[in-house]
Amino acid sequence: MTAQTPLLRVSNLTKTFGGVTAVSNMDFDLDEGLLLGVIGPNGSGKTTLVNLITGFVKPVAGRIEFRGKDITGWPPYKVVGEGISRTFQMVRPFYQLPAYKNLIVPLYSPRVKKLAGGKYGNRDAVALDLLEEVGFERDAHVSYKKAGALPQGYLKRLELAKSMALRPDLIILDELFSGLSLAEVASIVPIIEKLKHQGKTIIMIEHRLKELFRIADRVMVLNYGRKIAEGLAIDVMESPDVKEAYLGSEAE
Amino acid sequence: MNRRKERIDRGVKARSADIFALTSYREMLYLLIPGAIPVVGLLCFSPLLSPYWREVIISTAIYALLAMSWDMLMSAGLLSLGQALFFGIGSYLAGSLNYYAGFPPVLTIPIATIGGGLICTVLLLPVLRLRGIYFAMVTLVVPLMLSRLVEATRILGGTEGLTGLTPFPNQLTALFVIQLALLATLFGFRRIMGSDYGLVIKGISDNDRSVMSAGLNIYWYKAQVLFLGACVGCFAGAFGTHMDMFAGMPGFALDYSIMPVAAAVVGGTGTFAGPLIGAFILVPLSEMLRALGALRMVFYGLFLVVFVVGMPEGIFAYIQRKYQQMERWVDVS
Amino acid sequence: MLLGTLIYGFVNSSILALLAMGFNLTFGISGVANFAYGAVYIFSGFSVWILLNTLGLPYLFAVLIAIVLAALLGLAIYYGIILRIKGMPLSEVMATFGLGLAIMELFRYFDFVGFRYTLPVFIDGSFSIGDVYIDYQRVIISLIAVGLTFGLYLFTNHTRTGLAFRAIAQDERTALTFGIDADMVGALSMALGCALAAIAAVVILPLGTIAVEGGYEVLINALAVCIVGGLGSTVGILVASVLIGYSQTFTASYLEPHWMMLVSLIAIAIVLIVKPSGLFSHQKELEERI
Repeated sequence: MTAQTPLLRVSNLTKTFGGVTAVSNMDFDLDEGLLLGVIGPNGSGKTTLVNLITGFVKPVAGRIEFRGKDITGWPPYKVVGEGISRTFQMVRPFYQLPAYKNLIVPLYSPRVKKLAGGKYGNRDAVALDLLEEVGFERDAHVSYKKAGALPQGYLKRLELAKSMALRPDLIILDELFSGLSLAEVASIVPIIEKLKHQGKTIIMIEHRLKELFRIADRVMVLNYGRKIAEGLAIDVMESPDVKEAYLGSEAE
Repeated sequence: MNRRKERIDRGVKARSADIFALTSYREMLYLLIPGAIPVVGLLCFSPLLSPYWREVIISTAIYALLAMSWDMLMSAGLLSLGQALFFGIGSYLAGSLNYYAGFPPVLTIPIATIGGGLICTVLLLPVLRLRGIYFAMVTLVVPLMLSRLVEATRILGGTEGLTGLTPFPNQLTALFVIQLALLATLFGFRRIMGSDYGLVIKGISDNDRSVMSAGLNIYWYKAQVLFLGACVGCFAGAFGTHMDMFAGMPGFALDYSIMPVAAAVVGGTGTFAGPLIGAFILVPLSEMLRALGALRMVFYGLFLVVFVVGMPEGIFAYIQRKYQQMERWVDVS
Repeated sequence: MLLGTLIYGFVNSSILALLAMGFNLTFGISGVANFAYGAVYIFSGFSVWILLNTLGLPYLFAVLIAIVLAALLGLAIYYGIILRIKGMPLSEVMATFGLGLAIMELFRYFDFVGFRYTLPVFIDGSFSIGDVYIDYQRVIISLIAVGLTFGLYLFTNHTRTGLAFRAIAQDERTALTFGIDADMVGALSMALGCALAAIAAVVILPLGTIAVEGGYEVLINALAVCIVGGLGSTVGILVASVLIGYSQTFTASYLEPHWMMLVSLIAIAIVLIVKPSGLFSHQKELEERI
């Protein structure tokens, strides 16, 4: 992979569900190490885009390339094996299990074994360390609590830890901040910044624009399945198309 | 004055979860006794019974194996309404090898177990991608159809089946073999499901989207679980063939599909010990009710309904709860 | 011979379609598992027989009462069992299957076995098309099958209740927000499905005897048709019935009758390899769940 090849390249991506076009002719490149924010009104195709990239849904047309490799139509487990992981908008942990046991499943995946040099090691220990990284206080033994007993802030962080456990190169966060208080968001942002410093590439789908713009390098705006703007946050928000998408057009 | 029921772990359970278990005989016994009961009960006491009751134990053990196989499949979210498929295929495989090629039981049974397991897994592979309901539908229909197929095409002995097959040297050998298999399956399956692998399997049943996004190919794991369950089921069939010295259409009978489900539901799904207990309750009971003929099936059916609706956790979970926790009424002020 | 095969093939397809329709309505379209379907079928048959022979009621009257009884049985199963375990489809399957088993074997226990358990045909006699004789009963079966198929199609696609049936299977929560009483709709679909089983029973059973084994046969055939055609698709049921029905009849005419069972098996095998969720099923495996 040369310095020019972007980490992720999406070309002409289209997905329809029955009569509804969820994503239409989407093109964009993402270079390594950047944080791309993806915003847009509800129904603009953001989550479908994530599903397409991660293999949960097959496109009707178009290509997805990761590190120059064509991963279009690959099943989710293969995409994860390449180094892309995601979080889900609707967080659903294994409620009956302690928080740290929730990480056993991702730590069981072949990618983790490969990166650890062929052995899994002690999954419990790795899980506990991961949870501490995302802010589960060690002294309070929060990691041992049943996932069903944890509040939303912790569940979101657990979700983040699950995607980090896979040691991905590209992490896609689907509305991680939704449902969190300002303080909770403020406590998660440093974790994301640390990921960036570690060289990870991040895509963040968000509605919380203020918090997103503080950490995003670039922003992409979707509406009705199309990309209507891309660039720096300040530039994008000045675009008339974006204003119309969010606020509507002037009444005649 | 309002009261509520409070449940807390017994002292001995709390202590035996930690290093205390190794320092005190009481805690060690507490941990070992539940596992020892089936081992001692089966291996030591059953040879002392009369031949008739030994036969009942053997028959029960066969159903218990089918029930545990069912439980294994259920752990991955695969509801099997056709354990008879595994039984029948294992039965015919062992029977055919014995009848047509003259292989002795010591060869036919292992070959039928693994070979049958492979055949059944490959057969059901396409259904694994679908919702759990489809698995139930297909497994229900296929053995019944295979039975009618044998009847229609008259292959493999047709309606009469393959008769005059090699039996076991004596009843005690058969008893020993089946009980060994039973205990191996019980402890083996429990061990598997207690490990991290088991967590993955249960995760697939609980939230397969999450497991998929964790980089695991859920269909590969479902296939593995299917193979494990199928092997145990085929073993039961192969064993039954040499017990009865017969392999035929009855191997695909509905009885072999329903009894294991009833046993698992009564005993408690997901625990493997539950289906075992369920089988050891239902089979001897039905043996005693044999005089009532068709009422046996009515009885199974009703048992299924009552337990699914009324005590979904099953008997084993109930006993386990009592063993591990104590309940008492406390005042709520 | 060809004409005979074509005509009897049509009848065979009609029978299969009739059997599958009620099951598909509750299970495929509304998402309510009713594995007691075969039992309801037999129950209806025996009900008519009892009303006819023990109580001496006129035939049409007995038939109508039996259909109502079947619907009531469906409601009883729904409110007594399904509601208590709603949301756990696998439990629903197990419980209804167990109940169906109990009902069918109960009939066997009370000795409802034998050749005297038959129902009279609606219109006696037969007529000929060319050199093929066909009895009126079989014609009636075909007509009812065609009529019900159209009726069901219109119902599920063009009436509010029918659409409600489909809604609760797709997304119950959203259906609730639309003011659809999911419990009542589920009960209705159950009752209707059982009524269809009863209609199928009273029309088909006169061709032979009422036997408990028939209940299992019905469940197997209904399941086979649904597997091949795709759960939930009325068109799929139709196509699958025609496919399997004609293949069976052709096999019986030109090869040997006992190869007929092979046809269903092969059909299922092909479908599982080519399109596992059924020929006309609406489901994509993953997309429907994300």
